[in-house]
Amino acid sequence: MCCLVTARVRRLRCSCSSSIRDAAHVAHGVRNGNDSLTPLAQTTIMAVEFDGGVVIGADSRTTTGAYIANRVTDKLTPIHERIFCCRSGSAADTQAISDAVTYQLGFHSIELDEPPLVQTAANLFREMCYRYREELMAGIIVAGWDKRRGGQVYTVPVGGMLTRQPVSVGGSGSSYIYGYVDSNYRAHMSKEECLQFTAQALSLAMERDGSSGGVVRLAVISEHGVERRVVAGNQLPSFSAI
Amino acid sequence: MNNFPETCATKQLNSVTTGHGTAITEIPTSLRPNRSGKKNRLSVDMALSHVFETPVSGFNFENSTRNILLENVLDEGKTKAPKPLKTGTTIAGVVYKNGVVLGADTRATSSEVVADKTCAKIHYIAPNIYCCGAGTAADTEKTTDLLSSNLTIFSMNSGRNPRVVMAANILQDILFRYRGMIGANLILGGVDCTGNHLYRVGPFGSMDKVPYLAMGSGDLAAMGILEDRFKVNMEVEEAKTLVCDAIHAGIMTDLGSGNNIDLCIITRRGVDYIRPYQESEYKQRRQEKYKYKPGTTPVLTENIVPLELELVHEMVQTMETA
Repeated sequence: MCCLVTARVRRLRCSCSSSIRDAAHVAHGVRNGNDSLTPLAQTTIMAVEFDGGVVIGADSRTTTGAYIANRVTDKLTPIHERIFCCRSGSAADTQAISDAVTYQLGFHSIELDEPPLVQTAANLFREMCYRYREELMAGIIVAGWDKRRGGQVYTVPVGGMLTRQPVSVGGSGSSYIYGYVDSNYRAHMSKEECLQFTAQALSLAMERDGSSGGVVRLAVISEHGVERRVVAGNQLPSFSAI
Repeated sequence: MNNFPETCATKQLNSVTTGHGTAITEIPTSLRPNRSGKKNRLSVDMALSHVFETPVSGFNFENSTRNILLENVLDEGKTKAPKPLKTGTTIAGVVYKNGVVLGADTRATSSEVVADKTCAKIHYIAPNIYCCGAGTAADTEKTTDLLSSNLTIFSMNSGRNPRVVMAANILQDILFRYRGMIGANLILGGVDCTGNHLYRVGPFGSMDKVPYLAMGSGDLAAMGILEDRFKVNMEVEEAKTLVCDAIHAGIMTDLGSGNNIDLCIITRRGVDYIRPYQESEYKQRRQEKYKYKPGTTPVLTENIVPLELELVHEMVQTMETA
C-alpha cells in the first residue's frame, strides 16, 4: 500500500496550464473552482509546550460551505508514536499531506532504527507545503516529544513557513484568541495548567468563530506516551454572562 | 481546403453543429484553442493525428475550451453542450449492532427530466463492502468499478478479504489525484474482521469515519432524521426503519430524489441487497382500459385491391435436425 501513498505524493504536481484550467473551471461550473465547496477544516487548533511534553487541542467541525459535513472530526492526526499534527485548511489536502509525511517519517525511522525527531517531521511538512504551495491549502501545527529536545511545537502555516514556538494557534478561529493566549501564557506551566489553558482558549474561539465548534479534542504527548481526552460541548468552560 | 485529416476533434465538431444545418468541417482559426499563431492550421492538425504523441498525464481540457468558445460564437450562446447525468440523490448509511445498513433512492435526473426511475446507486465493491454514490453518475460508476477490480486483485494476490479502510484509502488516492474533477461523493460501508465501518469519501479526496451519514442533494432532510433517532448499537429492524425514513425524508423534500428506496444490509454473515425495499407511493395505477371498442369509428367506404403475386423461384433447403 505504500506505493499508493507515494503515488499521491507524486501527483501533487499539477500538470495542466493555468489558462486551460481556468477554462475548465468555467466549463465544469462553480463546483471545482470555488474553494468554499471543498470540505474545509476552518478550525481552531492549538499547541503548547510544557516541561516534559506538549499539549495539543483542536475543535471538531468540518464545513462544506455553510453545511457542517462532520461535527465530530478528529483533527489531531498521529504522524508517529510521539509526534502529532493538528490540521487546518482543506480537509483533503491536509489528509493527503499527513499520509505522505507519515509514510516518509516511518521509513526514515526504520532506516535510523530510532524514534524520529519532531524537527524532522516538521521539516517534512514544510518541504511539502512549500513546494506545492500553489496547489495546497494547509495550515499545520506539528507537535511532539523526542529525547533530544523534549516537547516541541513547530508551526507550518499556509505558504510553507516553518518556525518553532512555545505556544502556537492556527485556523480561522485563532484570530479571536491571540489576545487571550498572549496575556495568559506563562512559561513553565504544568501539564494540568496547559490542558486548562488550551481548553479555555479553544472554547473562547469556538464561541466566536462560526467555522469552529463541536467538541474539544485534547492530547498530551510526553515521554510516557499519548493521552487523549474529549471535552463535550456542554462541558466546555463558559466565560461571559451574555 | 478539406485535405487535412479528420481528427477526433473535428468529428465531434460535426455532431455539435449539423443539427443547425451548418456543415462545418474545419475549425475556423478564430475558434482555435490558444496555440502559437505562427504555426499554420495544417501542421497543427497533422500533429494531432499522424504523429504519435505520448499522452499528457492528467485531464486534457482542450475540448472544454473549444466547447466554451463554440457556445459563445454559434447561435449567440443558444447552443449548449450536453450536460453530464447527475444522480441528484439521497443516500444514507448507519452502523448498527451487527453490521451496516446502506440506503439510497433510485432517481437519476438529466436536468429537469427523470432519466432513470430505477437507477441502482448502491454499488458492489467486495462481498463484504458496498458503496453508495452521489454526484455525477458516470464518475461514481467508474470509480467504484475501478475500486472493485483493485480489491479483487488484492484478494487473489494475498488470499485475504479486503478491509473497508483499504477501500476508503484507495478511493481517497484516486479522487485526490484528480483534484475534485471526478464528481463522486461516496458512502462506503462494510463489515470486516476489524468490525463494522462506515466512511464518507468526498470528491476532493477527504475521508471521514462516522457512525451515521447522509449525502447527496437530499442529505439535509435525511441528516435531520438520522441526528434525531440514531442510537449506538441498534437492532437490525430499527436500523432499517431509520435508514428508510431518512431516505424517505430526502425523497419528500428534494426534487432530485425520488421513486423507490433500495436498502443494503451488510453483516458478518452476508449481504442482503433489497431492491426495492419500498416502492414509490405515488405511482398511479391505470384507472380504466383505454382501448376503443371495434365499431367506434364508422366505416364510410371499403375498397379491396388484390395484390397479384407471381411465384418466380422456389428453393427448399432441408435443415439437419439430427
